[in-house]
Amino acid sequence: MAILVNKDSKIIVQGITGSEGSFHAGQCLEYAGNVVGGVTPGKGGQMALDGKVPVFNSCKEAREKVGANVSLIFVPPPFAADAIMEAADAGIEVIVCITEGIPVDDMTKVYAYLQTKNSRLIGPNCPGLLTPDEAKVGIMPGFIAKKGRVGVISKSGTLTYEAVHQLCSVGLGQSTCVGIGGDPIIGTKMAELLEMFENDPETDAIVMIGEIGGSMEIEAANYAKHNVNKPVIGFIAGETAPPGRRMGHAGAIVSGADESAAAKKKIMRECGLHVVDSPADIGKTVKEALAAVTA
Amino acid sequence: MKIHEYQAKEILKKYGIPIQDGVVITELSELQAALDHVEKELNSKQFVVKAQIHAGGRGLGGGVKFSPDRAKAEENAKNILGMTLKTHQTGPDGQLVRKIMITEAIDIAKEYYVAITLDRAKGKNVIMASTEGGMEIEEVAAKSPEKILKAWIEPGFGLQAFQARQLGFGLGLEGEQLKQFSKILAKLYTCFLQTDAEIAEINPLVVTDQGNVLALDAKFNFDGNALYRQKEILEFRDIHEEDPTEVEAAKFNLNYVKLEGNVGCMVNGAGLAMGTMDIIKFKGGEPANFLDVGGGANVETVKNGFRIILSDPNVKAVLINIFGGIVRCDRVANGIVEAVKELDLNVPVVVRLAGTNAELAKEILASSGVAIIPADGLADAAEKVVAAATGGQ
Repeated sequence: MAILVNKDSKIIVQGITGSEGSFHAGQCLEYAGNVVGGVTPGKGGQMALDGKVPVFNSCKEAREKVGANVSLIFVPPPFAADAIMEAADAGIEVIVCITEGIPVDDMTKVYAYLQTKNSRLIGPNCPGLLTPDEAKVGIMPGFIAKKGRVGVISKSGTLTYEAVHQLCSVGLGQSTCVGIGGDPIIGTKMAELLEMFENDPETDAIVMIGEIGGSMEIEAANYAKHNVNKPVIGFIAGETAPPGRRMGHAGAIVSGADESAAAKKKIMRECGLHVVDSPADIGKTVKEALAAVTA
Repeated sequence: MKIHEYQAKEILKKYGIPIQDGVVITELSELQAALDHVEKELNSKQFVVKAQIHAGGRGLGGGVKFSPDRAKAEENAKNILGMTLKTHQTGPDGQLVRKIMITEAIDIAKEYYVAITLDRAKGKNVIMASTEGGMEIEEVAAKSPEKILKAWIEPGFGLQAFQARQLGFGLGLEGEQLKQFSKILAKLYTCFLQTDAEIAEINPLVVTDQGNVLALDAKFNFDGNALYRQKEILEFRDIHEEDPTEVEAAKFNLNYVKLEGNVGCMVNGAGLAMGTMDIIKFKGGEPANFLDVGGGANVETVKNGFRIILSDPNVKAVLINIFGGIVRCDRVANGIVEAVKELDLNVPVVVRLAGTNAELAKEILASSGVAIIPADGLADAAEKVVAAATGGQ
């Protein structure tokens, strides 16, 4: 089970013939063996990853010929919006876009386009998805995770690794790790993932790592208050970030009163989340929260 | 990317939006010609002298002066050009005024606020309008949010005429002013889209005594991700307005933001970099910077990272926190050893490496002979670097 992707996923990589695309496609294939092909317009008919998987001209072709239902995108920013829409048009169910640097105006169009389709977009500008031992759809290093029952939702890449590392060191594995991306417009928000993890019988607790900027964490906290029974452990990065300064991610900038780390953590606490102030306490706090549930 | 008022007005003018016009000068030798232009071409016997810096709050800081006659304008221009202007947005050091704009004086009957930006929660652009023109909109939003009218724009359909009218009526406009206002909004939205703006703000938008609607001041911020297709906008970049260390860092693909503390940090990934700053604070220290070395933490990036961090004289200790996924920790360790040797560092360096090849990396550091304080885990690293910075090490 887990969420979004599992051992039965049939993954294609858009941009598989690029250097990043081919490297990570190889890593994903090696991890769980369920990469079934790639898409590079104009290179259909070739083979990629040392002859292991076929390249198609379009997502539609990949969908028809190898039954692809998950796509991983490594297309450069100017062409990434088009790649996402192509995947959605072909009926790919889960689209994971790793590309960093897509113009915001391109994403407002993509976001509106996706409302008319049945696809789910993760990202862009994210590390992707990892269901330990079953599917790696992105750039998260597979070896740091292990199979278990904690769901992880995060805006950041390496901070996700940190959380996963802490979970493993207190003996807790993960059901699925989801890097949702740090851009102002992303396909799937925290509240939607809380819902999926709440409904996933293989998940017992949820880690939610946010950062300054935007209001997604607050929406998620309010959702959790009324709809999530599993413990949710939260952290917001950027307590020390000054207002008005962008901290790396395009979305990580405090431009309103409710977008600071302190304001978000306050509301998350009021909504019943287990909020940690130190990012070193994530693993420990999940363990305590789970112990309290079973006690 | 931010731009100056005079550049914002150039853009508005290009899109057919009426503005308070004027002339920009960088030297006092250009002053007489500028005053002549405003007098003769713009038919204004009175002037406004406006400092051109990116930070807001220029008026309160003394960077914008109404000048009832030519002599007063000359005096104000001499005072403002070359001054160090301090506002709530410049930081304590202020910002040197390298350019001033000499504009026509406008008889203002009423001031409004208009802006277009992205509403992240809805994934749509939103137009905001308010009768509280000239004020800091954040303040208005906090104190009386009902005074900000909003209209969301459907992507693919664009701003509709009725939306502009609704906002205009909401502000209490009618007749000729409503027509002008609606036209301005339509043009501003086109401009917002075509320039890949993150924010396009006219504050204040004024109705003059003569009944004309025009932009008295404007602020734009552009989407950095879209600059590759905005060559004209990119030419507006003014490097003087940016922090020189941040500009230097960007040359090496390092993302650096200077802060006020004394614990330098070098981290891979924006989220972990913020988290590292947070835990430094949590353990009683103050971070000196945000520095994301990104996915390619190699010898060169580590060296450049050190140079940039240590260009800040406040830094008393440095924490390197790398979680290797794609990045291999052994390579980072080699980079650290080489950089420490080469740069002859005189501050303590705490290193925490986790992830790919972390064990090998620890051996490299331990056997290198360079003075590095190894740390296990985030909390241990933060405690050690805070102790080192406060002299406890």
